[in-house]
Amino acid sequence: MSDHTASPLIFELGQEGRANKYFAPEKPLDEYLPAEQLRADLPLPDNSELDAVRHFTRLSQRTFGIDVGFYPLGSCTMKYNPRVNDAMANLHGLRDLHPYTPDAHAQGALRIMWELERSLCSLFGMEAFSLNPSAGAHAELAALLIAKAYFRDRGEHQRDKVIVPDTAHGTNPASAAMCGFKVISLRSDRRGRVSVDEIRKVLGPDTAVCMMTNPNTLGLFEDHVDEITQAVHGAGGLCYYDGANANALMGNARPGDMGFDLMHLNLHKTFTIPHGGGGAGAGPLGVAKHLVDFLPTPYVRKKGDAFELDFDLPKSIGPMRSFWSNFAHIVRALAYLYANGAEGLTKVSQLAVLNANYLRVKIREFLETPYDEPCRHEFVASAQELKKKTGVRALDIAKALLDRGYMAPTIYFPLIVPECLMIEPTETESKETLDGFVEALAEIVETAKSDPEKILAAPQTTVVGRLDETRAARQPDLRWYPA
Amino acid sequence: MKLAQPEGLLYSKEHEWVKIAGDQATIGITDYAQDSLGDIVYVELPRVGAQVAQFASVGVVESVKAVSDLFTPVGGEVTEVNAALETDPALVNREPFSGGWMFKIKLAGGDSQRSGLLSAADYEAFTKTQ
Amino acid sequence: MYTPHTQRDIGQMLQAIGVESLEKLLRVPDSVRLRAPLDVVPALPETGIVERFEQYARENAGASFTSFLGGGSYRHYAPPAISFLAMRGEFLTAYTPYQAEVSQGYLQAIYEWQTYICLLTGLDIANASVYDGATALAEATIMAIHANGRQKVLVSRAVDPNYRGVLKTYCDGLDVAVEELPVSADGTTDLRQLSQKLESKEYACVALQSPNFLGIVDAPSAAAQAAMKQSETIVIGVVSEAISLAALQPPAHWGAEIVVGEAQSFGIPVAFGGPYAGFIASTKDHIRRIPGRLAGKTVDARGNEGYVLTLQAREQHIRRERATSNICTNQAHCALIATMYLALVGKTGLRDVAAANVRRARELAAAVTAVDGCSLQFGAPYFNEIVVNVHQPAARVLKNLEQQQILGGIDLGRYYHEYADCILMAATELTTSDDIQKLAAALRQSVKVPTHV
Repeated sequence: MSDHTASPLIFELGQEGRANKYFAPEKPLDEYLPAEQLRADLPLPDNSELDAVRHFTRLSQRTFGIDVGFYPLGSCTMKYNPRVNDAMANLHGLRDLHPYTPDAHAQGALRIMWELERSLCSLFGMEAFSLNPSAGAHAELAALLIAKAYFRDRGEHQRDKVIVPDTAHGTNPASAAMCGFKVISLRSDRRGRVSVDEIRKVLGPDTAVCMMTNPNTLGLFEDHVDEITQAVHGAGGLCYYDGANANALMGNARPGDMGFDLMHLNLHKTFTIPHGGGGAGAGPLGVAKHLVDFLPTPYVRKKGDAFELDFDLPKSIGPMRSFWSNFAHIVRALAYLYANGAEGLTKVSQLAVLNANYLRVKIREFLETPYDEPCRHEFVASAQELKKKTGVRALDIAKALLDRGYMAPTIYFPLIVPECLMIEPTETESKETLDGFVEALAEIVETAKSDPEKILAAPQTTVVGRLDETRAARQPDLRWYPA
Repeated sequence: MKLAQPEGLLYSKEHEWVKIAGDQATIGITDYAQDSLGDIVYVELPRVGAQVAQFASVGVVESVKAVSDLFTPVGGEVTEVNAALETDPALVNREPFSGGWMFKIKLAGGDSQRSGLLSAADYEAFTKTQ
Repeated sequence: MYTPHTQRDIGQMLQAIGVESLEKLLRVPDSVRLRAPLDVVPALPETGIVERFEQYARENAGASFTSFLGGGSYRHYAPPAISFLAMRGEFLTAYTPYQAEVSQGYLQAIYEWQTYICLLTGLDIANASVYDGATALAEATIMAIHANGRQKVLVSRAVDPNYRGVLKTYCDGLDVAVEELPVSADGTTDLRQLSQKLESKEYACVALQSPNFLGIVDAPSAAAQAAMKQSETIVIGVVSEAISLAALQPPAHWGAEIVVGEAQSFGIPVAFGGPYAGFIASTKDHIRRIPGRLAGKTVDARGNEGYVLTLQAREQHIRRERATSNICTNQAHCALIATMYLALVGKTGLRDVAAANVRRARELAAAVTAVDGCSLQFGAPYFNEIVVNVHQPAARVLKNLEQQQILGGIDLGRYYHEYADCILMAATELTTSDDIQKLAAALRQSVKVPTHV
């Protein structure tokens, strides 16, 4: 990644008369439609196929993915994305199946949805899963809409508070606001956990939902989780499990057994769906028995030997998206389940936790680890002391890692840890890769102490240096304009 | 770093300053506030003509990676907003107490609003506790 | 399992950690320990996985039927170069481009996508994409509510019923009322009713789709545009067949301040409904309200041009409960595919593909209306879909067609009780004359001319 020359935009490459011959030439549109309905100009470039292929190949070479190197981005579960999953999603009978195909002629697709749904129910202890939501945040919104509909159905209109621990993921308050709920933020205790006593103080007749991640974003297991869910239920509220960190307990413990009424999963984290540069994802939404009637439409069912999409759910919150699910991702996730089986999935979370703890004990030799106890799938380190001594911050460490061929961990999250580095290695990385990463990180910390300027000037080897984000925000340049 | 708190202005605990002349008040955010926010990229100001209550949230100040509510230290009718901030929000960073002013208010009530506000010295002391 | 650990690795790592076993490392309190055995699909070797999914794929006979299905998801030609490029691991396995220095390629691609959407819709700005067309409409509606503070919204009944369904789901959460505008006899939105409703100035926005769900070009008249302007109602233009943007007046031309839609037609497989990519474009005025990610151009310390995610203070992770939307994910990879499609097909190809769709739909209309008992339901100009009245329950006719391996279209009675005798049929550049003749022949058998009782 040492080519510093700017990459021209596709719009700057194009030339009139360089069109590819994908389609037969057609008569002008005004032969068919009234002229006043037709657009006068279409200011797009024509590019030769070779130019376009080189353009996008070059863009790919300027992009870092898991396939390029180690990607220890905390809370994002950047594990290997097996290619067989993509191959299965691209089988003609799955890729070219129209969503309006009648159930009778789409039985294979519906079976795939049903098998995934049933497996997820067993793995996480839920009564049913909706495959409708498009992503984690989308499922979270659906879950809160379900809670709102549920309380409305019971005549408990006064329940408008959502309790969110300070270690929770950032979407929680925004989702709550989209449902007219108000957020109560809960401070975690000295051990980095939600305190049962603190939560009791805020519970009451206005409690709607308590949202939790377990293990939380510090990578710690909420060991009083069942007491918390019992307390929330005692106050008449519902408990929501944010499954972003499900990779830490899959096959070893189940949110349903912990007392959660609603949960989501990120198929693009735990179930090896490629992140694709930030989507598409998929966010199945699980519910306990008392909430099944409120699930989004449609819901996949087995009737006798046949499968069907059920759109007729009278208490449903309605659909969350145009079509039934991000089906190609449902295929990928099911292929991953088949590659593992129950025993394999149990092993996956064990090895994810093993890798995280191995990194933790290695890294605490040269960086603070504020919660110094066995973690789950991820842990947090802090550059607070280093910053005091050398001026080198978490951000600088992140940039220096890029120079050394690694993606940076998540930084400055969770907010309760200053100069935070949140590290999640996942189970698909080898001991050799982890050792290499530890070595690189140790060298950065050493260099920060001996020659901080070197680290502050990182990255040097990337196609651009640190970019002026202030300028980007003050003078937004969000598109190209034709001359 | 020593942060200047001009005399003659009144301050709120939400880090706004107000300059009162007769029934006219000019409002902005303090040097301390702009410094903690970092590079300010956008200021969302109240609508001219809006009636606002003392200490109400009337807008938003955005930096690259943070958002902060803008509260008004005094209540009344918004009579003018600083249009220059639309094209040059950095004015708030450069000149928080002059060119970076945010909006003007025709004061409602009388002097009673002053009582909830701090002097320059008190505000300086307050920022030390933050 | 895709895990590389040898027994030796595990032993060494446990020793380094100071824990005896993996089980100990994973221990949870007894009260929440897993008790029941898990009932998950069985483990298979990769050969077994392939065998099984090939079987499931075969059980979807519908994927190989002669199809006239559309209604928001369209079968179009995608040049093979797209899948070769899009499947490159750097694109496929990247996360959101937070570390801009090693994400310049993807960020530039998003910037190019934003530009393409602006050029196609005729608007100033566009975001990095949202889940799909339906959620794009819901998000745009929330933008409008935030912009003018009004608490009611209007939507034409000719807007895709799935979009309206999602709009209602979202608006229920916000306690915002959704009202619908009826469809006129010619298949366009009833603009007289629209103008009347707007007099009260209480609607945040009105959503109109063109071509609408019934295939009809549904751009509002000059008088309706004036009424919308007069009432300060934000016009949201909806486009679910993106190919139409190459042919028809862009929605900005008929007054849309926000344009939302579905980019699936730009090279994204139909894939039983997803993933696709929704887009939102708007005038500059809404730059602080547009949801989701935005890529912007800037410079580094050496003066090199580069791209970053920008205006992040709008987004949920910073603005929290004040954010317009809770969206985190965009549909980056689908938007990338669409960008590649637009780059490869280009202006000339896009014009040709649009014209081919229009021509094929007319060929389809001519063949179908030549069948006794079949007629076009609407008289207004259409793009690539037609509504055919079969003068008997559409469901029955469609069942008959299925027996001849034809998916004849969508039974409109599913969404509009008044059109229970109507089928929505789509034609694209991939529809052949043989397909059309086969359908016409099958209809001749299926549609018995109504007998007088």
